[in-house]
Amino acid sequence: MIADDARPRLPRGVRLREDKVRARWVLLAPERIVKVNPIAVEILRLCDGARNLGEIVADLAQRFKADPERIAADVRALLASLAEKKMVET
Amino acid sequence: MSETPPPPEGLLAELTHRCPLACPYCSNPLNLDAPRDEMSTDEWKRIFSQAAELGVLHLHLSGGEPCSRRDLAELVAHAVEVGLYTNLITSGIGLTRDLFDRLVAAGLDHIQLSIQGVDAPQADWIGGYKGGYAKKREVAAWVTAEGLPLTVNAVIHRGNVEDAPRMVDLAVELGARRVEIAHTQYYGWALKNRGKLMPTREQSDRAYAAVEARRAHYLGTVVIDHVAPDYHARYPKACMSGWGRQTMNVSPSGKVLPCHSAEIIPGLVFWNAREKSLADIWSHSPAFEAFRGFEWMQEPCRSCERKAVDFGGCRCQAMALLGDAKACDPICVKSPHHALVDEIAALDSAGAVDGFAPRRYAREPKATEPA
Repeated sequence: MIADDARPRLPRGVRLREDKVRARWVLLAPERIVKVNPIAVEILRLCDGARNLGEIVADLAQRFKADPERIAADVRALLASLAEKKMVET
Repeated sequence: MSETPPPPEGLLAELTHRCPLACPYCSNPLNLDAPRDEMSTDEWKRIFSQAAELGVLHLHLSGGEPCSRRDLAELVAHAVEVGLYTNLITSGIGLTRDLFDRLVAAGLDHIQLSIQGVDAPQADWIGGYKGGYAKKREVAAWVTAEGLPLTVNAVIHRGNVEDAPRMVDLAVELGARRVEIAHTQYYGWALKNRGKLMPTREQSDRAYAAVEARRAHYLGTVVIDHVAPDYHARYPKACMSGWGRQTMNVSPSGKVLPCHSAEIIPGLVFWNAREKSLADIWSHSPAFEAFRGFEWMQEPCRSCERKAVDFGGCRCQAMALLGDAKACDPICVKSPHHALVDEIAALDSAGAVDGFAPRRYAREPKATEPA
């Protein structure tokens, strides 16, 4: 479980970038290429090690006019799955 | 096939075949490219630019030992500049502190360090290089102190199979973010040394289970990638994720290959990156076209429900073991020749390991030597 005050970030050697040739976004890590959907791109762009989880959720909820609880669940699920793969630090 | 294949995601650049180590399972071909035939700095840079344009995302700088190239930092800088995720696959030997600092400054993304054993006597015996193990530990410490992701890669064979789970522990101790436990694949030098490398079925089963058992324990600590022992498997590996589907290899002299070992298949025509663009080679070179799709397949592959899962296994293995590159990889239980694999594995794992055929350049025949 990721704590509310966790400040997630992409560790060194993990890069979020646009894959122009295939018209998509990807997360690049050692021997891993993870396709990233547009919502996950928005989440990962906020994982800068400065914002905490609550701030990330509030930002997204406001911008997309969505239910914060639902956003929080999505953010936690994404970050937990990436943390297991060592692609996010929390 | 006439349509354009989807672009490759990865490119393995074998910058040189020079290497201070002599690992008996080296995946380089037996006919190593001579230093005088290696491509220049500018030729490699042009290839990296073409790769990025074609859609390659991951660049793996390998060899031989890539640190044997004096222009390594310059090549890394260029690869990073054109947007490639740049991975250095190294033994650590030849990587000085100064070079490491220059690679970091150039923007290197990841280092994959090979480890031959869990202690110095074992590792230095297998790699054929005294002091190698100590040097690797030093390099691992530089990488983790810098914060760069470290992968530890260990090749498993009869000489270290009992230590496979300890390799995972060692990788964690060294601070690796990822560890690759790879049972030997029998191509190139490994095929030559197969009789000295093959573990017994009991040994490989035990090692495989012990490494798998580490997964839950190390979840979130280290990512474990596990390459299963081919000769003891029921189904073949999806070699290269399918021929000409995801990656390409470039040899030191510029030959562009669908895999490390493809040159053992007679009749394949390889195009050279010195003469043609990567995009042209990927889409049109006869060697890449040879085994794309399913048209080339024979039975039992052609009607097999797994044909889009493992693509008939490995073409080089079918060639090496059966003399027919289009045959079903005999690792597969559905192959009429599967029993041969069991026989070879049993025979090759029976003897003592008393030394290896070391990987090195063939000596040029001297004029004075009798033929």
